Amino acid sequence: MELPSKLIEAAVDQMSSLPGVGRKTALRLVLNMLGRSEEQVEAFSEAFLHMKRGIHACNQCHNLTEMEVCSICLDPARQGNLVCIVEDIRDLLALEATGQYRGKYHVLGGVISPMDGIGPNDLNIASLAVRLETLTGSSDKVEVIFALPATMEGETTAFYIFRKLAPLAVEVTAIARGLAVGEDLQHADEATLVQSLRQRLPYTS
Amino acid sequence: MVLEHLHLHHFKNHTGSDLTFGMQVNCLLGDNGSGKTNVLDAVHYLCHTKSYFNPIDAQNIAHDEAHMLIQGAFTRNDQKERVSCAVERGVKKVFRRNDKAYDRLADHIGRFPAVMIAPADSVLIQEGSEVRRRWIDSVISQFDREYLTQLLAYNKALNQRNILLRFFAENRRWDSEALEPWDAQLVPLASSIRRKRAEFVERFSPAFEETYREITNGAEAVCIRYLTKVSEDNDEFQRQLTEAQGDDRQLRRTTVGIHKDELSLELGAYPLKRFGSQGQQKSFLIALRLTQLAYIEQATGVKPILLLDDIFDKIDDKRVQALMTWVAKGDFGQVFITDTDLQRIPSMFRNIGADVRVFEVERGEVMQHEFEADAVKPGPTTLEP
Ligand SMILES: [Zn+2]
Repeated sequence: MELPSKLIEAAVDQMSSLPGVGRKTALRLVLNMLGRSEEQVEAFSEAFLHMKRGIHACNQCHNLTEMEVCSICLDPARQGNLVCIVEDIRDLLALEATGQYRGKYHVLGGVISPMDGIGPNDLNIASLAVRLETLTGSSDKVEVIFALPATMEGETTAFYIFRKLAPLAVEVTAIARGLAVGEDLQHADEATLVQSLRQRLPYTS
Repeated sequence: MVLEHLHLHHFKNHTGSDLTFGMQVNCLLGDNGSGKTNVLDAVHYLCHTKSYFNPIDAQNIAHDEAHMLIQGAFTRNDQKERVSCAVERGVKKVFRRNDKAYDRLADHIGRFPAVMIAPADSVLIQEGSEVRRRWIDSVISQFDREYLTQLLAYNKALNQRNILLRFFAENRRWDSEALEPWDAQLVPLASSIRRKRAEFVERFSPAFEETYREITNGAEAVCIRYLTKVSEDNDEFQRQLTEAQGDDRQLRRTTVGIHKDELSLELGAYPLKRFGSQGQQKSFLIALRLTQLAYIEQATGVKPILLLDDIFDKIDDKRVQALMTWVAKGDFGQVFITDTDLQRIPSMFRNIGADVRVFEVERGEVMQHEFEADAVKPGPTTLEP
């Protein structure tokens, strides 16, 4: 598609660099932007600039924050000796949305996958080890919860971290895997059923 | 299981073919290049999700066309089943069962079993061990769903481990700790795959020997042996992996594991490849495929479709006649046969008496022939092979 202006073309290029946005959609969004007042567009682009400049990773858990340390890490009501390990921020947000977890987090920033060029050193694993070492010095019972994806890469990452933590006096658990709530047995895939059978629980009414 | 109807659209040289098959024997007759083998391959496609001859989907689309479609109407366990495969250039193929697209092609494997006997089977003898591993994997996957899942997982973990080894070599570093989690994935998978392969060969080989004897009138002893270096013991296999790290590092890939297994094909305790005559090798392959068919039937309760491509290339007329007599007895369920001779196979069945449909194929066009009804003897035959 030939665009009438280099300026529009540049804006479309930028917009379509976003994941899931094709050139057609990008053009629609850019034209919408063009129809707005200058103040509106300024507010729009400034919001992104401010966000970029003001947000960084929490120096404890790598959650996103405007401060040095995020609000979860600072919250005195949360258990500091309970650390849930997640792949990325979206997983943290999903767990937070349940409102049921009262411990803290550690965001890895990915999972190990040589295929995708991601090794242990590309993840926040070293900082986790340091953090846990400090914790075990000050708290008598530290628990690490793996809440990683149920994929080969997720398992591999958990295994690698588990080995790294072996010298430390931490209890390691993993979130349960099995049937989705409200799911019929007959619609579950075989791997899930096998896992559910293997990890069956004492029945409580 | 039977295939009742087949629709081909831009598949290889078929612009648009609609075929309605008989329950027992279907003959596809025509010159080389007429498209008769493509009909067999289309059946193979629907059953195995891919071509027997060319694994690259886009290359099976007719020249100058953008897409192809194969549709089949099966009856399996008294249920009507529709299976279709659509391929468009540059797009992932879509495989459907009863109009519902599969998320993973592997879920289709084993549901609609078919066995092809074709001249190209000789690669099983002539080529490297990878071809034989692919054969054993495809047979076990037909009746053991877990096996296929484990194999795919093994291959993925192996690939990740190999990429890591290459990364180490390219960056002149070594980190055996980073290999450990991949070993932890490989060990239990290799152990299960190894056990299943060994069990399979142990049951398969005697049945195969017997089939070979029947085909050749007990000429010589044959056997298939499973050779693996992978230990039965998980801890021991882990030790093998650790010990091989030096080799792995040098060769930049994982040097031990079930991806190095071999199937030894033997004729009177000698390697078939070097010591078997052409005739012996051909009989070996036919016996292998027929045993495979019987094995899958026994394991699944579903009679696989038998696809016989250019069978006269393999064995002489007399043996074909004996085979066809078996076919007519109904031992094999539904059969599809190709031949270049318009008379040979139909006349054989005239002697045996069977439900036969004849199709003549010319330049991708298929015409159904009336099989002379008066030539067919009514009722089951008592002829022995
Ligand atoms: Zn934090």
